[in-house]
Amino acid sequence: MALTLTPNFSEPGKRYFRAFSPGDDFYEMLIDTHRDLDDTQSALLNAKLILLLANHVGDLSVLREALALARQDI
Amino acid sequence: MLKTYTYPKFAYVQPEEQKNRSAARYPVVIVGAGPVGMAAAIDCRLHGIPVVLLDEDDTVSIGSRGVCYAKRALEILDRLGVGDRVVDKGVSWNVGRTFFHEEEVFNFNLLPEPDHKRPGMINLQQYYLEQYLVERCVELGVDMRWKNRVVSVQRMSDQVRLTIETPDGTYGIEADWLIAADGAKSPIRKLMNLEVEGKIFHDRFLIADVVMKADFPAERWFWFDPPFHPNQSVLLHRQADNVWRIDFQLGWDADPEEEKKPEKVIPRIKAMLGDEREFELEWVSVYTFQCRRMQEFRHGRVLFVGDAAHQVSPFGARGANSGIQDTDNLIWKLKLVMDGKAPEKLLDTYSSERVAAADENIMNSTRSTDFITPKSNASRLFRNAVLTLAEHHAFARALVNSGRLSVPAFLTDSPLNTPDEDEFSGRMVPGAPMDDAPVGVDGRKEWLLDQLGGKGFQLLYFTDVAERLGDKLDRLRELTVDAVPVEPIIVSEKAGSVAGARVLHDLQHLVAKRYDAREGSVILLRPDQHVAARWRKFDAHKVRAAVARATCNQ
Repeated sequence: MALTLTPNFSEPGKRYFRAFSPGDDFYEMLIDTHRDLDDTQSALLNAKLILLLANHVGDLSVLREALALARQDI
Repeated sequence: MLKTYTYPKFAYVQPEEQKNRSAARYPVVIVGAGPVGMAAAIDCRLHGIPVVLLDEDDTVSIGSRGVCYAKRALEILDRLGVGDRVVDKGVSWNVGRTFFHEEEVFNFNLLPEPDHKRPGMINLQQYYLEQYLVERCVELGVDMRWKNRVVSVQRMSDQVRLTIETPDGTYGIEADWLIAADGAKSPIRKLMNLEVEGKIFHDRFLIADVVMKADFPAERWFWFDPPFHPNQSVLLHRQADNVWRIDFQLGWDADPEEEKKPEKVIPRIKAMLGDEREFELEWVSVYTFQCRRMQEFRHGRVLFVGDAAHQVSPFGARGANSGIQDTDNLIWKLKLVMDGKAPEKLLDTYSSERVAAADENIMNSTRSTDFITPKSNASRLFRNAVLTLAEHHAFARALVNSGRLSVPAFLTDSPLNTPDEDEFSGRMVPGAPMDDAPVGVDGRKEWLLDQLGGKGFQLLYFTDVAERLGDKLDRLRELTVDAVPVEPIIVSEKAGSVAGARVLHDLQHLVAKRYDAREGSVILLRPDQHVAARWRKFDAHKVRAAVARATCNQ
């Protein structure tokens, strides 16, 4: 399995009439989760989130690809 | 005074009832001759309702203000009779480009689906739209009263009494129904002590209209954190008459009076364009904004529309566009209630349907605002990460939010919809705003939406064997004489004519495709071009039940 780089957000059972809606739903949840945190707390939250999602993905070849792409342009 | 436009001045005429000290009662009085109030007035006249339109001023919008008119608003303006003028004068565009620092990271095409009459959006200064609407109001006999300011509102069970101030003093007027289209600061709302709740955004934006000969395509360009305006956003788009609108985010600490000075504005624009391009400053304003709405848009016999009822951030052009849709939703319902063909509670669905639409607009414009003007370090970090990834990856491009441009709400939770009992695919579900498509009418190429909507309900009957409808045709035609009539319209892949029903020739099979219709499918349409119900087989009882449901006559 390769890393998915096309829009992939959705919620089972929910119908979307606009292509931008599920991505915007996610982005709002993400920013809301950081609400009222200071920079150190936000960084910790991000680290925990990456670990949770990485374990969910599981496939090391996919994670390797994501890690490499994240490192680009920095 | 602008270089490219002369503001008209509309004559104040002393109202007859003030001159004669007589009482007068009108079926509908509208307050506020902006785009929304005038759209309501025109729609009333098209329904044969006499209408008085009050405005405290005597000219059109000062400054370009609302400049983006989206597809759905244009379709409604077509029905109101000003669509062509607006589109002909306006600048059509579909492509938007997004820049981060110096690089273009993303572009979008607003209308990827061809074979729709109207583009995703056009740009036009608000004063042109208002001028065309004023002329249309006059043509249709709207009783327009300039320099008439409402100073008191008295609500009775069967009417609303207004006290109005003119240059000649005050006078009274009675209205069966009052439509408040008097803008974000709505004096009517204040006179009635009604609340409007929501969020104030702590940011300021500078808008400048400049006249230039710049060599830019008719596209929308959006910069995040550009080198010529660090840490802020800038939007550039073209309007009519070679006037360009530039929006600069200023931040909350900016001094609006100071920022408006030409010696402050001109260097900003020069930095953006590069020094060699010549331009003249036409109009400048500084604004802040709020995202909020009233709890209910109906208060007895007073109906709130447009900014008076709900306000959004300007990102996504959801102000005037949604206000025009309010009137599209309201006037057919008001007409049925006034004619005694529907109970007053139909007007409560004006409120519930448009509250749902306002919430969607507020949600989308708030999200855009949060992306464009991040309010925390974490938010800014994610925003910049999305923009960096957007250059290479489609998923990140979809997350870039420089304004989700105004699209109509799907009223899927409306109580007026009849839920599907048959299998359909596609997005034209009950509550959907209708998709357009090309159709043939008497051998001419026309557009589906131009053939529909307005006064009554309509039923699309899809068949390629119209000549064999037999007594079904009688059942269809009987619907036209119901108390709430339904006009049957045959949609066929073959050109032809049928006695007693219009035939739309589905030239490219796109109507059937977009509505997932097959031989014998029927779709019930509301006067505001929303799907009310659909079935695989025509059954007159079911159609009548759905019309009853869509008019609160159950």
